This record gives sequence, structure tokens and C-alpha cells, in this order.
Amino acid sequence: MSATGIGAPVRRKEDFRFITGKGQYTDDINRPGQTHAAFLRSPHAHANIKKLDISGAQKAEGVIAVLTGDDLAKDGVGGLICGWMIHSKDGSPMKAGGHPALAQGKVRYVGDHVAVVIAETLAQARDAVEKIHVDYELLKPVIDMAHATDSGSPVIHDVAPDNQVYDWHLGDKGATEAAFAKAKHVTKLDIVNNRLIPNAMEPRAAIGDYDSGNDAFTLYTTSQNPHVARLVLSAFIGIAPEHKLRVIAPDVGGGFGSKIFIYAEETVCVWAAKKVGRPVKWTGDRTEAFLADAHGRDHITHAEMAMDDKGHILGLRVKTKANLGAYLSTFSSCVPTYLYAPLLSGQYNIPAIYVEVEGLYTNTAPVDAYRGAGRPEATFVIERMVEVAAREMGQDPAAFRRKNFIKSFPHQTPVIMAYDTGDYGASMDLALEMADYKNFGKRKRDSAKKGMLRGIGFSAYIEACGIAPSAAVGSLGAGVGLWESAEVRVNPVGTVEVLTGSHSHGQGHETTFAQLVSDRLGIGIDQVAIVHGDTDKVQFGMGTYGSRSGAVGMSAISKALDKVVAKAKKVAAYALEASEGDIEFKDGRFSVAGTDRSLAFGEVALQAYIAHKFSGQDLEPGLKEGAFYDPTNFTFPSGVHICELEIDPDTGVTTIERWTAVDDFGNIINPMIVEGQVHGGIAQGIGQALLEGAHYDANGQLVTASYMDYCMPRADDLPSFDIGITTTPCTTNPLGIKGCGEAGAIAAPPAVINAITDALGHENIAMPASPQAVWRAAQKSLHKLAAE
Amino acid sequence: MAMTMTGEAILPALQADVWAKLNDPAVLKACIPGCQSLETTEDNGFVAVAKVKLGPVSATFKGKVLLSDIDAPNSYRISGEGEGGVAGFAKGGAVVRLETVPEGTKLSYDVEAQIGGKLAQLGGRLINGVAKKMADEFFANFAKEVGGTPA
Repeated sequence: MSATGIGAPVRRKEDFRFITGKGQYTDDINRPGQTHAAFLRSPHAHANIKKLDISGAQKAEGVIAVLTGDDLAKDGVGGLICGWMIHSKDGSPMKAGGHPALAQGKVRYVGDHVAVVIAETLAQARDAVEKIHVDYELLKPVIDMAHATDSGSPVIHDVAPDNQVYDWHLGDKGATEAAFAKAKHVTKLDIVNNRLIPNAMEPRAAIGDYDSGNDAFTLYTTSQNPHVARLVLSAFIGIAPEHKLRVIAPDVGGGFGSKIFIYAEETVCVWAAKKVGRPVKWTGDRTEAFLADAHGRDHITHAEMAMDDKGHILGLRVKTKANLGAYLSTFSSCVPTYLYAPLLSGQYNIPAIYVEVEGLYTNTAPVDAYRGAGRPEATFVIERMVEVAAREMGQDPAAFRRKNFIKSFPHQTPVIMAYDTGDYGASMDLALEMADYKNFGKRKRDSAKKGMLRGIGFSAYIEACGIAPSAAVGSLGAGVGLWESAEVRVNPVGTVEVLTGSHSHGQGHETTFAQLVSDRLGIGIDQVAIVHGDTDKVQFGMGTYGSRSGAVGMSAISKALDKVVAKAKKVAAYALEASEGDIEFKDGRFSVAGTDRSLAFGEVALQAYIAHKFSGQDLEPGLKEGAFYDPTNFTFPSGVHICELEIDPDTGVTTIERWTAVDDFGNIINPMIVEGQVHGGIAQGIGQALLEGAHYDANGQLVTASYMDYCMPRADDLPSFDIGITTTPCTTNPLGIKGCGEAGAIAAPPAVINAITDALGHENIAMPASPQAVWRAAQKSLHKLAAE
Repeated sequence: MAMTMTGEAILPALQADVWAKLNDPAVLKACIPGCQSLETTEDNGFVAVAKVKLGPVSATFKGKVLLSDIDAPNSYRISGEGEGGVAGFAKGGAVVRLETVPEGTKLSYDVEAQIGGKLAQLGGRLINGVAKKMADEFFANFAKEVGGTPA
């Protein structure tokens, strides 16, 4: 391993600019003549707009334009789209209601966009928003998704008269029923996966800029996937053709999925820039982020699992209602379907699975992918089910899992996925040892002596990452392919620029991608620049989400590097006057086998550009290669997390005492960055389990719209994490990488809830398990114990 | 989000006088905290403008107030809804009852209100406290108008 190659715990190159305040985020960018946009948002969850009077705002000081949904319609600007078609059981396509960037006659959630004011200053724009008068005809809202389809429910979109987007299923119903028919034990559980608000540190922002001389647009935006934004804005919303629209996603301060989607605000900014003839900037404030960033999770599930008399799982059936909010966000439809149900087999050999999912409209913010996206919901279901089944059958939860682990690979589950590799037993062994499981009973007794309730909970998760094989997702309804592109440009002095379609918004690509180059070309990472986030620089790319940048993005770079080395060998052969077959490349030097003649990588690069040695030969000058990489399978990171916690029954306060995370991410490029990703993911997962929960009241008012009411995890809520690694390299990509970005957020919630329910001795604890909820449950447990 | 509130006050005045003042726009205007104008409309109602500060949100509410279920001089229902611009909206109603007691007149009220928009997003935690304070202020003012102090 070289000092900056694969496997080296190199410090992140990009952190110098981030921690010294020199990052360039969208809001740091200001264009000459820039104006400011402020949105009028609906205070009502569901209402018809009877009258929209913008005259007062138009006359207000500094106002340049007040634009509404009518203006969008007049200009032929299309609505926002959902890019993944889901078909219902009966074969009918999902019911996608119109999603105009500014409301056209109706508002459907609190925070919905009604109008925009463009003014000289932000303060003037905000003041003018106050002068817009809207006459709303209030409609009854649909808030509780459990009753969204009840007869007599208000209709949110005319295309979906019962508020059902789709009624979808996966798996073999008959085989699953047969499995249940021979079951000796059936575990049943009602499970709620709480609604979350993403809360990236940097709020969303956009600047639209129009160059009338070239009739071309530039959009600066907080995007995880600028090319996808350009594709959607061009091909579907119809702002401008792709060669006339440049999308730049500069430094982006966290996304967690919420910045994948193409939202109303950036659409409006880029459209309005041409209308007012000046750049238009919008930066969301935190309240706008709470209201109108796509939320995550929000499932209600009933699950049943069938076992034989020894505790072997025979079958699983799952019925889920998924809240999709008021409109279908960009990838919302696939999250509770294809990113959820195919993961319900977990790490287990389950012969039969049948899953039904109803996607539902409600008068709440759109719900879409959030760190893990469908996979945390699936893991929560299967890991709660397994834990409860083990308890009901009087078996040790670790032993119960081990008994049901998949032990031979490749393994075809009954729900699409074919796991290529893994060693679940190895992760369990290491986790049990690190967590000192054998002495847990003693620690529990010690806690009891202090009047504390101690519990331990497991989560043996799996996720499908490296999203995704294009043909596979295409057959499942995706409107795009999910390959990745890369271009490696070698300069005449031997320094390297890598252009990637992946986008870094906290992941550390500038370091890890450079490590791959360093490893392959034998040059230091300081000789490598990673270029991303600009559609004028990078030809195309699918962006970063679903833990895909290592497995897919770096595989594309790897392919391009192979081509660079192959060509450089040809150049070296001419320069060293040897036959190409005799050229060896190792540790950054091209040498002629069996001789001491060699050239450094940089010297060969120079030869490639001066072309003196091969002029007139069948070899082109220069050293630049591109590649597209389309994965042949998903990757399947997995692991075992163990949470050990203590509950104070007098206060309901839960303290996590130990956290053991053993993960198998395949090969690892930078263990320090991987550990950071695991830490962040676990923190978010613990946040979901103990603290976070978005709540709308019965009228559709978001009552958790600030940090006063929406509790984010803080350092003192978290223990130190014990991190362990086991490795089975992925067999389907050239680097053996599986991905690590979402693991913690997927693994953590069931581990916490399994530990709390273990401590309390009963199963009905909803997330977030706040001190109040835990206290109530603890009191019940104590009463039960006293009665016994 | 919704809130409810009940309360009562003993006013040292005759029930008929209290009733008259409860229906007098000038008295109501003087008593409603932050009220800038209150004008009678033809349908037993008023149009009111009130400036309210609720935690971090301050807004000028414009809205209609309607009197209904009038059982003179014993009770009425006062209901209304106000738009506070980007601050959001408030709507609700109160049943106000009068009863003659040895000390004068007992006034009791039963409020049910809903707020939305920024008020609900940012002021949610404060709304009950602020609403209670405003109700207290209203009845303190009203007690002064009818000549006495509230119980």
C-alpha cells in the first residue's frame, strides 16, 4: 500500500477549504446584476385559490416582477416530474398528479409555492411577499395516511380520486400463503417508520442566470446530481435544450438524498432569470427547508413471519402504506417499492416473501429518498420481526439470526435481489466479541441494582448499493440508466485531472478518487485534481446517492485509468524503443522487462504530448481517456450492529452505553473516511430512533418546523462507537467496493428499538422513543413486574 | 394546530350592562389587545385589525368577527378568522356566557382556536401561553370598562 494509495487513511484534501471558510457554496456565489427571489408559501394544507391579487406587491419598493403559476402556464413551462414509473397490481400506471412549480388554482400542503417576488434586495422581496393577497377556499385536508383512501376523503389530485398513487406488490403470494400454512409459529407486528426531515447543514439554494447574447442559461444549485437536474429541466420542464443549459453544483453542504430532486425553486429561478433579464438568486431559510425539502420514511406496516418449530423462517408477508405527500417528488415512487421490498429478505434465507405497498397522497410535504431510502424501512421491518420472533420462541436473538443467515453465495432471494457475496456469520462473531455479549447478563444485573433497566439490541442489516444496473432498473420502471462516467486527463507534466459524474457533498471524493489514481499511476494525491459538479466540464453523470460513488463512480474511473495505462504503455514502448509487450508498469514507472531502462509516469506523459517518438505512427498524441461503467449487479454491504443501553425508569431517559458496528463494505479505499461515514450514519439512525419525528396536526400544520420542536441528535446523545470491519470483496465491480454511505442510518434504528424493547420487556415502542414514551412504557413494565 | 382555553371573571356590574358593553364595538376595540380598528358590519359582525406579537412572529391580523347564537343578555358565540399575511392565520371562536351572581355578573368563556402557517411553525410552543395572556388582558381591560376588577 502506498502512502496515498488504496487503503491508506489519508486526511481529506478538501477539508482545508471547508474548515477555513473557503468553500464556495451556491450562496457564496453572486452574479453581476443579481436579483433576489422570495416565495409566497401556502399557510393552508389544502385550499383552492379563488383570487390571487399581486398588484400591491408589484407596486412595492424594489420589486422587479411578481410571477405566478399563470405565468408559468403562459410560457409553457412544464411541471415537476417523477422519474420512476410504478405499475399497480392490476397493471395500471401510477397516478401522478400535476406538480406545477407555482400553484395553479390549488395548494396541497403547507409550504406549497403560491407565487414568487423578484426584487432588488432579499428584504424587499420578502416585504413584497407580504403584500400579495390570496383568497383561499379552504378544503378539508388529508393528513392521516391510514385514512387517506376512506370513502368521503377529500380528493387531492383528480387523477387519484381515492388518494392512492399505486397499489403495488412483489413476491409470490401463493408460495407465501403455503409457507404460512405449514408454520408452527407466526410472529405478527405493527410497525411505524416515523417521518423525518433531512436537515442538511446547507439549506437549498439556486441562482438562475440568462445570457441573452447566446440564449443560454446557467443554473447554480445545491444538487447531488447536476446532470440529472439539467436533463429534467431540459427534457421535461422545458426550460431550454441541454446544450443551452449549464448546471453547476459547486460545494454542497450535505444532501442525504434531499438534494437529488428537482424542486420548484430552482426551476423558478432559472425561468425567471430570462423573464427579468437578470440573475435571480434564492437561498432557502431553515423554515423553508423544514416545510418544503422532501421528507423521508413515513410508513405504516403490518408484517407477519412464519417459522417452523425450530425457528427456521419459512415465509414473510408485509403490507405497507407509504406516505408520498402532496405531490410525487423526483424519485419518490421507487423508494417504498423497489428500494424497499427487495431488501425484506435481509441477511436471511427466506423461501417465500410477499409484499404489498400502497403509495398514498396526503396534504403534507412530498416524501422521497432520505439516507438509505427504502432500505432503512425494510431493515427496520425485518430486524424487528426477527428479534421479536426469537423472543417469542425463547431463542437467543443472535443464535436465531445465525440459524437463518444465508450461508452460500450467490444467493437469489424471492424478491429480485441476487446477493453476490457476504459472510454474515463472520460479522456476527466479531460483533458479539467486541460487544462482550457473553457478559451482558452481568451488566444487566449491575444496572438493575442501580434501579436501571439495561437492554441489548441487534441489527443484522443488508442494503443494496452501487445503484444500479441500467437494464435492471429500466425493467423496473426507471426513466434513466444508472451507470457512471469518468474522464482521466493526464497533463504533459504528469499531473492528472479526473472528471467524474459523481458529486461530492461531504463524502470526500476529492480524496478517495485521488487515492485510486495515486494507487494506479504511482503519483501522489497532490498530483491529482477531481473535477465534478459542472455540466460544461463533465460530459454526463448520474450523481451521488444510494452509496454509488465508490462502487459505480470509481469503477468508471478505474476503467478510464486502465485505458490510460494501456495507451501510456504504447507511448513508453516508442520512447524506450522496445516492443509494447515488454513494457511493464509498476509503482509509477514504465520499464522494459529484464532491463534497467525505465521512464517515470510523468516522463511518459510528456512523451505522449510532444509526440516526437511516434509521429507518423498509428498512435495519436495526448493522454486522455474516458469510460462509462454500467454495473452488472447491485452491491450488498452488510453488517451487524449491537446497541446496549440503559433506561432510567423514573425519567424515561435512554442512555446508549455501547455501540458496536461491524460492517462489510467490501474493499475500502480510505478507512478514515469510511469510519466517518459510519459515524454520521449511526448518528442519523439514532436520531430517528430516539429524537426525530416530523409531525403534522390534524389540519396539516407542520408543528415540528424548527429546532425547538424537531430534535436533531447532538454529540451528548451519542456514545463512542466501536467500529469493526470484515471484508468480502464485491465480485461484480473491478474494485471490489460495496459502499458505506448509508449503512449506519440503515442499521441503527432497529438496534436501538430492539434494545429498548429488550430492556422494557414489551414490544410497543414507537419511534422516536422519547423519554416520555419510554417512561410510560417503563411504568407499565414495572407494574407488570410488580404484579408477577 | 389547535388550542382550547376556558376561564371566567366576576364583574361588579349588572348583567344587562355587561351585555351591552359586550356588544359595543368601541368597548371591544379598547379591550382587544393590539386592536387598531374595529368596525361594525351589517351582519352582526365586525371587521377588525389587530397587531399581535407571538414569540418571534409579529403580524398585523385583518379579519372578520361574527356574533352568532345570540341569546340576549345571556350568551353569544363570537367567532372569527384573521389573516396575518406570511405570519399565517388564526381562526376560532368563543362561547361567552353571562350569569347574574350576588357580586354582580359572572362572565365565562370557552375558546377554541386554530393557527396555521408561520405561527404554527415557529410559535407552536408559545401559542397557549400567549393566547392565555391575551385573554387575560382582554378581560382585565373589559373589567375596567364595566367598572371593576376581574376575579
